[in-house]
Amino acid sequence: MGVGQQFLQQMVNGIALGSIYALIALGYTMVYGIVQLINFAHGDILMLGAFAGFFVLVAAAVAVTPLTFIAAFLVAMLVCAIIGIIIERACYKPLRNAPRINALITAIGVSIFIENGARVIPQIGPNPRQYPTLPNISYNLAGVGISRMQAIVFLVSIALMLLLNYIINYTKIGKAMRAVSYDRGAALLMGINVNKVISFTFAIGSALAAAAGILFASAYPQVEPYMGIMPGLKAFVAAVLGGIGSIPGAMAGGFIMGIAETLTKGFISSQLADAIAFGILIIILVVKPTGILGRNVSEKV
Amino acid sequence: MSDYMKKKVRIAGFLFLSFNIIVGLIYWGIIDEYTAQILTFAGINVIIALSLNLISGFTGQLALGHAGFMAIGAYSTAALVMQLQVPNLPAILVGGVVTAIFGFVIGFPTLRLKGDYLAIVTLGFGEIIRVLMINAEKITGGAAGLKGIPSFTKNISLNPVLSFIWVFLFMAGTIILISNLIRSSHGRAIISIREDEIASNAMGVNVFYYKMFSFTLSAFIAGIGGGLYALFFGYLNPTMFNFLKSCDFLVIVVLGGMGSIVGTVATGFILTYLQEFLRFLQDYRLVIYPLILIIIMLFKPTGLIGLVEDIKKWRRRTFPDQKGHLKAGERS
Amino acid sequence: MTVLKLEEISIYFGGLKAVSSFNLQLEEGELMGLIGPNGAGKTTIFNMITGVYAPSKGDIYLRQKDSLKKIAGLKPYQITRLGMARTFQNIRLFKDLSVLDNVRIAHHFNIQYNALQSIFRTPGFYKEEAEAMEKALELLKLFNIDQKCDELAKNLPYGEQRKLEIARALATNPRLLLLDEPAAGMNPQETIDLMQLIQFIREKFNLTILLIEHDMNLVMGICERIVVLDYGQVIAEGNPEAIKHNPRVIKAYLGEEVEAGA
Repeated sequence: MGVGQQFLQQMVNGIALGSIYALIALGYTMVYGIVQLINFAHGDILMLGAFAGFFVLVAAAVAVTPLTFIAAFLVAMLVCAIIGIIIERACYKPLRNAPRINALITAIGVSIFIENGARVIPQIGPNPRQYPTLPNISYNLAGVGISRMQAIVFLVSIALMLLLNYIINYTKIGKAMRAVSYDRGAALLMGINVNKVISFTFAIGSALAAAAGILFASAYPQVEPYMGIMPGLKAFVAAVLGGIGSIPGAMAGGFIMGIAETLTKGFISSQLADAIAFGILIIILVVKPTGILGRNVSEKV
Repeated sequence: MSDYMKKKVRIAGFLFLSFNIIVGLIYWGIIDEYTAQILTFAGINVIIALSLNLISGFTGQLALGHAGFMAIGAYSTAALVMQLQVPNLPAILVGGVVTAIFGFVIGFPTLRLKGDYLAIVTLGFGEIIRVLMINAEKITGGAAGLKGIPSFTKNISLNPVLSFIWVFLFMAGTIILISNLIRSSHGRAIISIREDEIASNAMGVNVFYYKMFSFTLSAFIAGIGGGLYALFFGYLNPTMFNFLKSCDFLVIVVLGGMGSIVGTVATGFILTYLQEFLRFLQDYRLVIYPLILIIIMLFKPTGLIGLVEDIKKWRRRTFPDQKGHLKAGERS
Repeated sequence: MTVLKLEEISIYFGGLKAVSSFNLQLEEGELMGLIGPNGAGKTTIFNMITGVYAPSKGDIYLRQKDSLKKIAGLKPYQITRLGMARTFQNIRLFKDLSVLDNVRIAHHFNIQYNALQSIFRTPGFYKEEAEAMEKALELLKLFNIDQKCDELAKNLPYGEQRKLEIARALATNPRLLLLDEPAAGMNPQETIDLMQLIQFIREKFNLTILLIEHDMNLVMGICERIVVLDYGQVIAEGNPEAIKHNPRVIKAYLGEEVEAGA
């Protein structure tokens, strides 16, 4: 394969990977935009979504068909949406008026708890499991290989992002979300049920993370309790890269991170691929902390 | 001499006496080596936990990578002692300085910003350091680890006592340093940042400077803790300095009470002791510790020290004739 | 002598022009009021003067000995150290710290001893600490809250919290004091006390004062000059009498219907 072809191949891989990161980054950015909290547990929701799908498919005990695949998806998204709401209500809501660091510590606690709680539950356990996946088909486009799974990942992600975009910009609840993230006090005065809006935001974010989890597990078919950590961190960097609080930013950031990772893996070294994320974070914080499409999520003085 | 000074002298005297007694007990084998090791290990944990308390408890900036600082201090000290034959004390101090430099470099771009980026950056930093240590085989021995770091003395039988003395002297020094700093105008400036950064800035406090000061000093102290650890333990392996280690320190600080020196010291000893004696719960530690964090944050953010203060207040209210008045600043 | 000068100040938030071409000149010793309906941009102007925001256009000058220094773009702590202090609309005291500490922190940038001296507890440290403590207690005494110096700020009654915020601002030794709605939440008697307090401190500390207020009794009662803001622009300026009867001001506050009926 010539270098040009290699490059295109990695671009394709990167776009597929990036769309997963974008889905996760959206959850981070929406939550940060609305309650100014870095939800460390977000990556672990991905893991829970993947396992939810795992149990559905294992319970179905048949070969993976489009129907069961979709079923796994929907169950995972629903389950994680509910989990997201529970976590928000139980752990984050009581700390809304507490110093920021308290909420951060709680978020870290929730994250570690979910990761290791899953580990000790016998049904899940510390060992990786094989995730049942659709049989693979490879397409060849001008010498570049695209697997069916990659195409599905990309298309599903785009569909979900379009759906999210519709919700945010064309529905009442979306308007409420935007209002609350801009000025919570004013939104309250306008009669918006701020608590409901915040819960809804967490629900959507978690559902997207669950979808990302299913896609991730289908593409890299191993599930284990710590699987959400690295994708979570990278997606967070993606959110910062795109501009924390900005939804188009999270999408853009996700794709950039995915492509950067696959290009690094392909052309430099696969070990460095993880470190690249951290490097990008430092560069962004030094050069343009508000990110590419940055919106200033500032405190009212 | 005022009452306050008399009380301080009494406490200092008591501590000095108990320190000497413990040293004697270890030296004469009455406290066995194993227990001495736990005490020494606890002392090291307390030093690093205090450094974390400085940046997170007093300055209000969450840092999640102090195991990384510990690692830098440990490996630097080990390298100096083993490859350059530097004596122990300078090696530990230089290890601290090296760590402080790292702290300065990652703090500078991060602490300038509004927002909670320090947490994520230090989290990533801790991981990067660990990966670097595994890959820098020549200095660190890589994944196999670094063995045979000479301890505090060549006389093996004296090691338990000397380790204990070294660690405890440094621990006392750390306590005095942080305590004196906090009870000064600089300390008040630091605390005001935790309370309300915007107001602090408006009152003339150079917030960025003090965040950097606090974070760099915190890195320095953590590096010293790491250096002591290298000499005490004799063996270093990058897996010792993972994220869970950073969490250990966080739990000590949070459980003890953020912003409380006494809380950190007491909890450091208690948890280190418990970790040894509840080894069978090792697997569940990773579930229990985060639960502790969540429960404390939700129900008693002032930690154990806050609980102690509550009990003291309750006693004063319920039995007023014993000590009389409520202290200034308390409401009944 | 001009103490504060704002020249063609504008600021944009995204596409919205929050303040446009704002001009202001404060002479030494003046007590000026900045009023206007909610959202007019008053606190935004305060935030620009004190360095929280940088203006998109225009310049801000603060008196330094014999000259006017450009301060737009400086950080808040730098501007405070040049002789300006403020209070906040929503009271930003250090709630879990004592009354005494709140004031001492504002004095901090004047402290000479360094961190090393505090760690080693040199005699210079003790001396300066004692002096700083005295200064702080003296200030608190003026405001009648020195007895409560060890109380946590959050435990103070509301009126005293506001007083503490002003005391804290004064501890920075300003020549210019910015008060953001100092009478918010106060009953009529407290407001009268506040008016006396403001005039008292202006005398005693040779201050120039700019305040934002909604309470018209206070504004009309103590302000010598008043600037009225609406939608980020000045719509009137003058002494209380002139402002009271200015039709544009009345319309801005009460709307068209009343003007039609008046």
